Amino acid sequence: MVQVEGVTPASADADGSDQSARARRQVPGGAEGSTITAMVAGGKEFARPARTPCRQDSILNGSHGDSAWRIATEDIVGQGILSQVNYAQDTIVAISTPTGPGAIGIVRMSGPDSLGIAGKAFRPARGQSLQPAENFCLLYGHVFDPDTGDDVDEVLLAVMRAPRSYTREDVVELHCHGGLAAQRAVLRLLTRLGARPAEPGEFTRRAFLNGRIDLAQAESVAAIVAARSSGALRAWVRQLEGGLSGRVRGIRRELLSVLAQVEATVDFSEEDVEPIDWQAAARVLANVKQELTVLLRTALVGRALESGVRTAIVGKPNVGKSSLLNALLMRERAIVSEIPGTTRDTVEELLEIGGMPICLVDTAGIRVSGDRVEQLGIERSIRAMQQADLVLAVFDLSAQLEEEDYSLLAQLDPDRSILVANKVDLLIDASASVARLLEAASEPRGPARELRGPGGEVRETAAGEKGLAYRDLVRYEPAGLGGEITLEKPALTGWRLCAVSALNGEGLEHLRALVQEVVTAGMGVHLEEPVLASERQRVLAKEAAEGVAAALSGIEAMWGEELICEDLRGAVRALGRITGEDLTPDLLDEIFSRFCIGK
Amino acid sequence: MGTRARAEFDVVVVGGGHAGCEAALAAARLGCRTGLITLHVDNIALMPCNPAVGGVGKGQLTREVDALGGEQGRNTDRSFVQMKMLNTSKGPAVRALRAQTDKRLYEDWMKVTLSRTAELRLIQGEVSDLDVSRETVTGVRLADGRRFTCRAVVLATGTFLRGKIVIGDKSLPAGRVGELPARYLSASLSRLGLELDRFQSATPPRIDGATINPSRMSLQVGDEPPPGFSHWEKPAPRRQLPCYLTHTTEATHEVVAKHLHLSPLKSGSVSGKGPRYCPSIDRKVINFPDKPSHPVFVEPEGVTTRELYLQGLTTSLPVFVQEKIIHSTPGLECARLVRPGYAVEYDYLPPQQLTLSLETKAIRGLFSAGQINGTSGYEEAAAQGLIAGINAARYVHDQPPLVLRRDQAYIGVLIDDLVTKGVDEPYRMFTSRAEYRLLLRHDNAMERLSQLGYELGLLTADQLEKALRKKRDVETYGALLEETLVHPTDANNEFLERLGTAALDGPTPALKLLKRPQVGFAELLTLLPEGVRRRWDNVPAEVIEQLTVQVRYDGYIRRQLAEIKRQRATETLAIPKELDFWALEGLTFEARSKLHHLRPTTLGQASRVPGVSPADISVLLIHLQRVLNTLSRACTTHEATHERGALVTGPEDYEAACPGTE
Repeated sequence: MVQVEGVTPASADADGSDQSARARRQVPGGAEGSTITAMVAGGKEFARPARTPCRQDSILNGSHGDSAWRIATEDIVGQGILSQVNYAQDTIVAISTPTGPGAIGIVRMSGPDSLGIAGKAFRPARGQSLQPAENFCLLYGHVFDPDTGDDVDEVLLAVMRAPRSYTREDVVELHCHGGLAAQRAVLRLLTRLGARPAEPGEFTRRAFLNGRIDLAQAESVAAIVAARSSGALRAWVRQLEGGLSGRVRGIRRELLSVLAQVEATVDFSEEDVEPIDWQAAARVLANVKQELTVLLRTALVGRALESGVRTAIVGKPNVGKSSLLNALLMRERAIVSEIPGTTRDTVEELLEIGGMPICLVDTAGIRVSGDRVEQLGIERSIRAMQQADLVLAVFDLSAQLEEEDYSLLAQLDPDRSILVANKVDLLIDASASVARLLEAASEPRGPARELRGPGGEVRETAAGEKGLAYRDLVRYEPAGLGGEITLEKPALTGWRLCAVSALNGEGLEHLRALVQEVVTAGMGVHLEEPVLASERQRVLAKEAAEGVAAALSGIEAMWGEELICEDLRGAVRALGRITGEDLTPDLLDEIFSRFCIGK
Repeated sequence: MGTRARAEFDVVVVGGGHAGCEAALAAARLGCRTGLITLHVDNIALMPCNPAVGGVGKGQLTREVDALGGEQGRNTDRSFVQMKMLNTSKGPAVRALRAQTDKRLYEDWMKVTLSRTAELRLIQGEVSDLDVSRETVTGVRLADGRRFTCRAVVLATGTFLRGKIVIGDKSLPAGRVGELPARYLSASLSRLGLELDRFQSATPPRIDGATINPSRMSLQVGDEPPPGFSHWEKPAPRRQLPCYLTHTTEATHEVVAKHLHLSPLKSGSVSGKGPRYCPSIDRKVINFPDKPSHPVFVEPEGVTTRELYLQGLTTSLPVFVQEKIIHSTPGLECARLVRPGYAVEYDYLPPQQLTLSLETKAIRGLFSAGQINGTSGYEEAAAQGLIAGINAARYVHDQPPLVLRRDQAYIGVLIDDLVTKGVDEPYRMFTSRAEYRLLLRHDNAMERLSQLGYELGLLTADQLEKALRKKRDVETYGALLEETLVHPTDANNEFLERLGTAALDGPTPALKLLKRPQVGFAELLTLLPEGVRRRWDNVPAEVIEQLTVQVRYDGYIRRQLAEIKRQRATETLAIPKELDFWALEGLTFEARSKLHHLRPTTLGQASRVPGVSPADISVLLIHLQRVLNTLSRACTTHEATHERGALVTGPEDYEAACPGTE
C-alpha cells in the first residue's frame, strides 16, 4: 500500500500550493521503498515520482550548461529511478546562518511537520503552546530535549505559515545563541524528532518549485552560496569529470565490442557471422572487470575529496590545537580558553588547501582524565584520530615533552602525519626543542613502528627533502640558528615537521604546503587521475562491475547467449549513464562495422 | 455532423502491400466501411524481395500481429513452403520462426481473405491527391478524376512514391519492376506540409531452378512437423521445399571489383540511403575486402514456379555483370537469369512527423504505415499497418488510439523507435533493439496481446478463450510443478550425475530442478515415479515450453519487471500539449530544439529523443513539476495517447498474464 496525497480542486489555492488542503489517500501499488504521490486535479491522477536525496551541490547553481546543475540533476536521473525530491513530503532543517562570530545563529525548518516538531521541543516562556501561534510571530522560550527534559538553548522562535514563507511551506526559525555548539545541538535535536537535514540549496529549490521565486532569482541565491567555495575547486571537479569520461568511455567501448559479438550471433545467426571465441571474450571481460575495480577504488578517494580529507588535530591538552584550527581557518571557531579540556566535543570544519577540501577535526586534548565528560571527549578524539586520513600532531615547543607526547608519537604513522611544533613564538631558540621532538619521534619503538626506509637502511635526511622544516626553523629563529640541526641520535625517517605559531601565524604557510604534499603523495590522490567524483557515478560503476562479473560467470557456466547479453547490456548502459551515451545506436554501429551482414 | 452528407468511406487505405492489407482488414473488421485503393489489384500482397516471412526479430513481429488479430501469421501458415525455428540452440528469448513462402500462394490467400471481408471494397486506381479541410482529411482524389470522401486515410504506399528503378546505368520510373510509380501523391503531401526524403532498397536476381547444381551447395531443410505463426490455426501438412547454401568466391569479388565503376552506388545515379544490414554484394566487397567469401542462400519462390531467389546477391550492377557474378558462385555456374536484381529509390515520410498512433501530427485523420515510414520488411510493414488500421478505425469511432509500449511488444519498440528517434536508413527490427527482450518472446505473444485483441474487437470470444485456457494451464501445471518433489533415489542421482549436474541431497521441488540448464522437461519426467509422471501425460507442449522459460529466466525476468516498474513513473508522466519547450531554462539549445520539433507526449518518450541528455530530462522534470503544481489544470486533458496505451496495462498485468513469474 502506498501513501498518496491528493489535492482536491475545490480547496486548491490559486497557485495550487496550499499544503493544508492536501488529503491523504491509500492507493495500491508502488515500487519497493518508494512513495508515490499523485496529484488529483480535475479528476485525473498523475503519478509523481518518489523522492531520492540529491547529493551534489546546489541544484540551482547556474542554468546554462553549468556542470554543477547538471551534476546535481544527473544524480537524480542517473539512479534510474528518475525520482525527485518530493518537496511536499519531508520536513527539512538546516543551520541557516554562516558559522562565524555573532550573537545569533538561526536554525530553519521547512515542511509540513515544522510546527509539530518544533512544538515537541520548544517550551514558550509564557506557557502557551506553539500551534495557535499567529503567523509571523516571534516567541521567546527554550528548546529542550523532550527525552531528558534538559534545556538545550534559550531561543526566539519565529513562525511563518504556508504559503506566506520563503518556501511556501510551514517554516519555523529558531534563533539560537551564536556559536556552533548551540546550533548543532538544536539541529541534532530536531533531526531526532523527525526533521531531515536539508541538502545544500534545498530551501531555495523548494522556493523555486513552489513558485515563490523564479529561476533567475534562484540562481542569484545560488551564486551567493557558491561564492564561498573557491573557483579552483569547481575547475578541479570539472577537470576530473573530463578525465573520468575518457576512462569510462574507453571501458564502455571494450564492453561494447564484446556485446556486439554476442548480439550478432543472436540477431544474425543465419548469417555467416564467425562463432564467438569465448575465451577471448572472457579475457577482455576480465580485463574490464579489473579496470572497473581500480576505478571503484578511486571512489573512496572521490568521496574523501567530496567531504574533505579527514584531518584530525591531536595532541595533549593545551598545546594549542584549537588555536591552530582557528588560525588555519582564519576565524574563531572552537571555544578557546585557558583551561585545559575546554573543547569537549569534536569540532569539524571544512577548508581548502591547494584546491583540495580538507575536513579539519579539532579534538579534545588526549590525556588521562577523571572528568567523565572529558573522558568521553577523549575517546571521541582517539576515534577521530584512528579514522582520519591525515593527522596533525601538535606539540608544545615551549614545554618539556611529557608522557602523553611520547605515547602519541608512538601511535602516529609517518606517512599520514605531520608533526606540528607549536608555540615557536615563545622560544628564542627553537632548534633545540625541535631537535628533541625529532629525536623523540625517531626513538625506536616496538615492532609496530619501524622507522627504517623501505630498503631496510636508515634513510638519510636529504637537505632538500625535510630540509623545508629545518629551514623554517632557521628562518623563524630570531636569534641566529645557522645551517642544519645536527642530532645526536640517528636521523628521523620520513617525518614531516613544521614549526609554527598558531598565535601569530608563523609557519602556517609551510604547514599548508606540507598538508598538500602528504595528501597528494601519501594517499595517492592525483588530481590528474580520473576519480569517481559522485555517489551516483560510484553506484553506476558498481552496477557495471556486477554486470561484467555476472557475464563472466555466465560464460563459464555456459548460460545462454541472451542472458550474457542482458548482463553486458546492463553494464554498458550503466557506464553510458555516466557519460551520457546511448546503447542501441552504438551497439548497432559496432555490429555493422565489424560484421558483414546482409541478405 | 449536421447536414453534411455521409462520407462514402470511413477509412481509405492507399496501397495494397503488406501494410495496406493489414490496415484495410483491421479497419473493416472493426466495423468501418473501408476502401483499399491500389495501383494494381493483381499485385496485392506481392512480395517483391525475399519470399519469406519472419526471422530473428521480424518473426516476433509477425507473431504479435497474429496475437492481436492481424492477418500475416495466418496467411504465411497457409502459403509456406519451408518453416524453420531459428536459434534453437540459444535461449527462448531469441528464438524466432522463419518461413519461406510461395509468393503466388501468399498473394492469393490474402486476396481471398480480402474478398471475404464484408465491409471492404477494392478499387484499382492511382491516388493523386488528398482532400484536406481545416487540417483534417476529408477524402482522396484519383488521377483519373474519381473522388472518394472519407473520414480517415491510411497511406501505405511502400516504395511507390516517385519510385525509380536502377540497374547499372539504366533507370526508369517504377515502384517495382514493371509497375508504374505513384506520380502525384508526393507533391500533394508536400503541399500539405509534410516533409519527404529519399531511401533506396535493392533486390537480388532470380534464376531458373532447373539450371543449378545442388551437389555443390549444402542443403537446408525445414522443421518437421512445421511450427506455425498463427495461434489460431494449425498449418496444413505439406511437402516442404529445400533451400541451398553456397558462398561467393574470390573470383566473384574480382568480378565485382572490376565492374564497380558501373554500380549505381558509385556512379551516383542512385541517391538515397540504403540499409547497412542488407547490403548489396557491391557494398559487401567494398566494405569487407578481406573477407574471402559471403554466403548466398538459394531459396525457392514457390511451388508453381522454377524461379529461385538469391539471398545475399542483392545488386544493381548491370545485367551482364550480374550474370558473371552468378556464374562465379559454386553451384550456380550454369544458372540462367530469369530476372535481374535492381535498386529502387523512393520517397518516404520521416516518421518523426507521426504520433505514436501513426497519425501525422500535421493532418488529423491521416495515418501512415509501412515502408513509406522508412522501414524495410514485410513484417515491419504488417505491424504498422495493423496499428494504423486499428487507430484509423478508433479515430472514426471517436475512441482513444492504441499505443503499445516498449515493454509490451516489439510492435511498441518499432513504433516508438520510428516516431521518437526517426530513421537515417531503412529500419529493420532486431532483437537487440528491445531492451526487454526477455519478456517479449515468441512463446508469450498471445499472453501479452490477446486480451487486448479481444477488447479491441479483432479476436473472437473463442480465440480469447484459447488464450485464457493456456494461461490457466500454465498456472495449474506450474503449481503442480512446485508441489511435485523429486526424490534423491540412487537411480535419480546417478541419472543427474550423468547429465553433468549435482545429485540431490533431499526431496527437491521439480521446479528447482528445472532451473538447471542440464535438466530439460523430458529429463525431469524421467526422475519422477510412474504414478506422478502420468499426471503430465496430456500437458500441451506450449505449456511446457512456457514453464521452462519462466523457470530458467526467472531472476532476469524479475529484474526486468522491476526495471519496468521503476520506469513507469517517467513513462506515464504526461507532458502538457501547450508546453513551450523554448521557454525552458536549463535545457541545452539542442534539446529544446529537438523537443520542440518532436513534441513528445510523455517524459519517457522525451528521454529517448536523440540529442536530449539525462540532465535535460531532469531539468524538464523540474519544470513539469512546477507546471503541475502551480497550474493544476494544465495537465487535466491528457489527450496523449500514452495513457490509454494498453488495456493490458503494466508489469502487474504481465505477471497476471504470465503466471509463474512471481
